[in-house]
Amino acid sequence: MKNFSFGKAALPIYAVLAFIYLLIPIGYTFVFSFNDSLKTNLIWRGFTFDKWTGVCQQQGVCEAFGNSILIGVISTVVATALGTMIAIALVRYRFKFRSAVSLLLFLPMATPEVVLGAGLASQFFATGTQKGITTIIIAHIMFCLSFVVVTVKARVASLDPALEEAGRDLYGSPSQVFWKITFPLLLPGIMAAALLSFALSFDDFIITNFNSGAAMTFPKYVYTAAARGIPAEANVIGSGVFLLAIAIVVTVQVRSAAKAKRLRKG
Amino acid sequence: MAFAAFGQSAPAASTAAPVKSGGRVALFLLLPGLAYLALFFLTPLISLIVTSLQVPSASGLYGAFDYGFAIENYWIVIESYLPQIMHSFLYALIATLAALVISYPLAYFIGVKIRSRPLLQGLMLTLVIAPFFISFLLRTFAWKQLFSNESWIVTTLQSLHILAPDQYLVGTPFMVIFGLTYNFIPFMTLPLYTSLERLDTRLLEAGSDLYASASQVFRKITLPLTLPGIISGTLLTFIPIAGDYVNASGDFLGGTETAMIGNVVESKYLVSNNYPAASALSVLLMGVILILVTVYVRKSGTEDLL
Repeated sequence: MKNFSFGKAALPIYAVLAFIYLLIPIGYTFVFSFNDSLKTNLIWRGFTFDKWTGVCQQQGVCEAFGNSILIGVISTVVATALGTMIAIALVRYRFKFRSAVSLLLFLPMATPEVVLGAGLASQFFATGTQKGITTIIIAHIMFCLSFVVVTVKARVASLDPALEEAGRDLYGSPSQVFWKITFPLLLPGIMAAALLSFALSFDDFIITNFNSGAAMTFPKYVYTAAARGIPAEANVIGSGVFLLAIAIVVTVQVRSAAKAKRLRKG
Repeated sequence: MAFAAFGQSAPAASTAAPVKSGGRVALFLLLPGLAYLALFFLTPLISLIVTSLQVPSASGLYGAFDYGFAIENYWIVIESYLPQIMHSFLYALIATLAALVISYPLAYFIGVKIRSRPLLQGLMLTLVIAPFFISFLLRTFAWKQLFSNESWIVTTLQSLHILAPDQYLVGTPFMVIFGLTYNFIPFMTLPLYTSLERLDTRLLEAGSDLYASASQVFRKITLPLTLPGIISGTLLTFIPIAGDYVNASGDFLGGTETAMIGNVVESKYLVSNNYPAASALSVLLMGVILILVTVYVRKSGTEDLL
């Protein structure tokens, strides 16, 4: 293939440089998780595994991490269920006020987080709701929902309706058709949506900060600690989660590439 | 409807699926989720507008407000926080353009140049989204450390006389824009990739066969065909950047001179309990963004996309 607008070697070199740029802060966080630091983690003082082996010894960091996992799991389950139902309805059914429904679904994604956070906080304030883990979960379900709908909708749209028809022709009840045919076929899309939702929830800081009260999450812990220096244990958790996520994604990719290869070979 | 532009990566609503008019089933499927959004997205927005019009309480208690219709709250916040409002939109504009310039060649490389190698393509996409897997606060803090006053980057720039001996990077608009650009690059690269991945390279060949120069091919073929990706990418970066307050915070990359709307909203809401001012600023931010986005999508002529 001829080169159109970029030199032959220039583009790959550029890509490598861009990846280095994207990965620098990750590398920094990882390296400083091995720093034999005292209270703050600003200056390199020597290599140690202690922060990894004794990560929970730092006050509050594991508790914040645990809260983030709990909030992430509950928000993901609820948002994925509600979002999947909407996605199926949007693709499969005709109903009135369709454009109003789409607008309602897209607006949360087009609203800056600070507005979502302050809005929900003023509602909790007006109704006298005590802020804590529950209000964080309420907030996270809200902003994950639209992302689930967008992700699952693509999958529903690509589903061959003939498969469900076949199920009905063979006297499958509506619930049998759904659970034996529709749901398994939608599963990859639902899983993708759930992962996205969990990632959004786990890393959210801005909306959480407005609606958490005294409850701590991992990002909030990091933000609060930033004023006096983030402890190395926070780097350990960040790096650990990163390695786990990358390992999962790369394994899935390599496996599906191998599967595609096998299929091509027949 | 401007906001559907986000959905461009999803295929257009399938025509293959039979669209049924089962009112009851549709209602059952839609109602829980939509009721949820009505309760925890729409009413909060209304609550925000109501709060933005409140007046200080007659009781004179600190942090207490009565319902009112104080439209002047808006003039007060505009007058008091004009620099912060300008920072938000200016930084968002510059960071969005910077992210576009940085991301486009990268997305082109992944989506067009290595198209024939799906595994490599997948791994490179993983690298693009890799920053998402580590807390963005940790990443932003890492940049702060790398550019801190004692870092070799700053001392080198000082010895090269690019920076004056008493001049530093953290706390400057440059650093805030740098951080914003970095944090939102994946949001730009992914939609660009989606567009470029679908680009039919035969059209580019046809262009150059007809003696178009490389830059003509790019301007007349590649760019117009990937416009939907550019529009989603710029929206997905501009909106969150305009509302961000972590990068501009004094504990991260910013300083007193770089505060954005989000910083003011945070301190008014969570520190000084001035809810009406915080709400008025939030409503203002959202209003301006909605107007800008609508005008932008109209101007770029992609309404058929929506």
